[in-house]
Amino acid sequence: MTDMPISTAPKRSLYAQDARTKKRNRAETRFRVYGMAAVITGIIALIVLLTSILGNGLSAFQQTYISYPITLSEDRLDPEGNRDPAEMAAVTTFGYLPVIAMSLQQHLEAEGIDPGMGGRELAAMLSEEAPAQIRAMVLANPELVGTTIDAEILVGGRIDGFFKGRVTMESAERDRNVSPAQLVLAQQLAELGMMETRFNWDFITWPDASGSRPEAAGLGVAIIGSFYMMLVVLALALPIGVAASIYLEEFAPKNRLTDLIEVNISNLAAVPSIVFGILGLAVFINFMNFNQSSPLVGGLVLTLMTLPTIIIATRASLRAVPPSIRQAALGLGASKMQSIFHHVLPLAMPGILTGTIIGLAQALGETAPLLLIGMVAFVREYPDFLSTHSNTFPLMGDGATALPVQVYSWTQRSDPAFVERASGAIIVLLVFLLMMNLIAILLRRRFERRW
Amino acid sequence: MEGSNMNDMSQIDQGVAVDTLKMRARGVDVYYGDNHAIKEVDVDIADKTVTAFIGPSGCGKSTFLRVLNRMNDTIDICRVEGDVTLEGEDIYDPKVDPVQLRAKVGMVFQKPNPFPKSIFDNVAYGPRIHGLAQNKADLENIVEKSLRRAALWDEVKDRLTAPGTGLSGGQQQRLCIARAVATSPEVLLMDEPCSALDPIATAQVEELIDELRSRFSVVIVTHSMQQAARVSQKTAFFHLGNLVEFDDTDTIFTNPSDPRTESYITGRIG
Repeated sequence: MTDMPISTAPKRSLYAQDARTKKRNRAETRFRVYGMAAVITGIIALIVLLTSILGNGLSAFQQTYISYPITLSEDRLDPEGNRDPAEMAAVTTFGYLPVIAMSLQQHLEAEGIDPGMGGRELAAMLSEEAPAQIRAMVLANPELVGTTIDAEILVGGRIDGFFKGRVTMESAERDRNVSPAQLVLAQQLAELGMMETRFNWDFITWPDASGSRPEAAGLGVAIIGSFYMMLVVLALALPIGVAASIYLEEFAPKNRLTDLIEVNISNLAAVPSIVFGILGLAVFINFMNFNQSSPLVGGLVLTLMTLPTIIIATRASLRAVPPSIRQAALGLGASKMQSIFHHVLPLAMPGILTGTIIGLAQALGETAPLLLIGMVAFVREYPDFLSTHSNTFPLMGDGATALPVQVYSWTQRSDPAFVERASGAIIVLLVFLLMMNLIAILLRRRFERRW
Repeated sequence: MEGSNMNDMSQIDQGVAVDTLKMRARGVDVYYGDNHAIKEVDVDIADKTVTAFIGPSGCGKSTFLRVLNRMNDTIDICRVEGDVTLEGEDIYDPKVDPVQLRAKVGMVFQKPNPFPKSIFDNVAYGPRIHGLAQNKADLENIVEKSLRRAALWDEVKDRLTAPGTGLSGGQQQRLCIARAVATSPEVLLMDEPCSALDPIATAQVEELIDELRSRFSVVIVTHSMQQAARVSQKTAFFHLGNLVEFDDTDTIFTNPSDPRTESYITGRIG
């Protein structure tokens, strides 16, 4: 119909769609469907991701404890009987294990519970961290020796897993680390109220633990390390990035050199982060001899990585300030510097802050470069920002680890309980990222001005 | 002071009390890269006079206006040749800091461009950076005087802390004029100050320009020949980068000597 010449088809009703219109409408409908499909795919992916992480990780914030009276016998813990902390420190956790195991056995007998297993098997229900907990308690307060304390100590990862549904009777039969008898007893103790699974902050505050005691592994060191690194990145990347952007955008002459710099900054933003790790290894550790795996080196590497992001964001927001504002200031006799700092920079501030926080968030989640500068190490000590342990560069800080690296190293461990820990660490990381983005939004709202 | 009668075309307007020559441009050429935008222009700006630059779009009148306070410096590819003096001092002398020059030669732009700050801060900005006020009371005094001079005081005196960007277009432009006036310039350059305004706001600004003439010399670029005829005493007609004619406004509009001027003001070119 429509391929007839217009002159011979004068009458076309508005009520009937012609073929062209139908085709266009169909194309539009198709496009809407594609768009909605893309959005729905994204939402589904997000939901799956969050479900998987939350499902695996939320239980990391719960921990199973056993509480019973522990008799701290003097002849084992302080053979000399003089309560001298230095001498008492000579008793290692191996000396404490029989004390708490014995107390458990005695308590069960007193309660009239038949454990149905030998003392060794009973002791294996406790966490390997438990003797260390009691030892720390005793060393902090030597007067406890000789008394009976009501202590709450960690149970082993398998027993903990039983209460979280990870370990079952069937899996216990195939597991050398736990027996069905232990699970039966654990169930019994839980019903008596001796064993309890509850929320714990220790996951956030404790340092990492060895592969055989996932129940004691925490994020404390990683969070401190990440925090120090963010401080370094903020302190270096923000002023350097903003100063570089202002110079390039407002002062630098437009010539081949600045063009080259511009291209290179854009390219730097696309350089794989591991390359920055190699650079950091070569420059900061091998050449400048900074402490390996210290937050300062990590922060420097992340600064290099974040700078292009901040520079690009800052330049974009400087460019978005209308030139009329600059001209108004210049026309009043303000110097270039005054026009920039009094008028342009305040208007560009929301964009700069957003860019900076996005850069920081990117740095917070970055793993690859940190692996290369040794931050993947197993660190039990809370790092100091100013190192007291290093004699070469005391200002450079102790070795530390970082949140994403902690996730990486936990996922490599064999005990399935570390899957839970790694997912928990991811939740913590995501919460930090969400908080930073929230701050970015709030700052943008706060500083946003219309013109 | 320079002699006021260097150019035989620029006779002093008999109807206006014009005393001295303020700015003098001789043989000014402006290049944008390879583009020769202004060709050998000679203009005298008299004190306490309104001088209008008219001409078709792209004729170079705005460019020449920007020569007078070196706003062209901010454009990298722009090059200015020739002599421009302010009270006998060469403003393109290497010793001259354009910042100081612009404090003496203020500018109002085509589009109202108040800072996104309060009305008070907008006007106070110039006096603050030039240290014109000794104390707060002094500054408030300057702000009030400037706003009064811009005929804006009565409209905004109760909301000086409100953002300048919240005013209407005409008020914004008068705020920009108040801002420029607050630094006590000697010459005020206005680049099509009424092109974004409605007829009522235009009339207000024109009245204002006439009043400002008692204190400054005003140079105004305009597309409206009626406006040039209404507010100015001297008019310069630019065409294709050349200064075609520069004379008393009355003469230009009633008895132009160049046929191109006549064609333009009668609407045949432009």
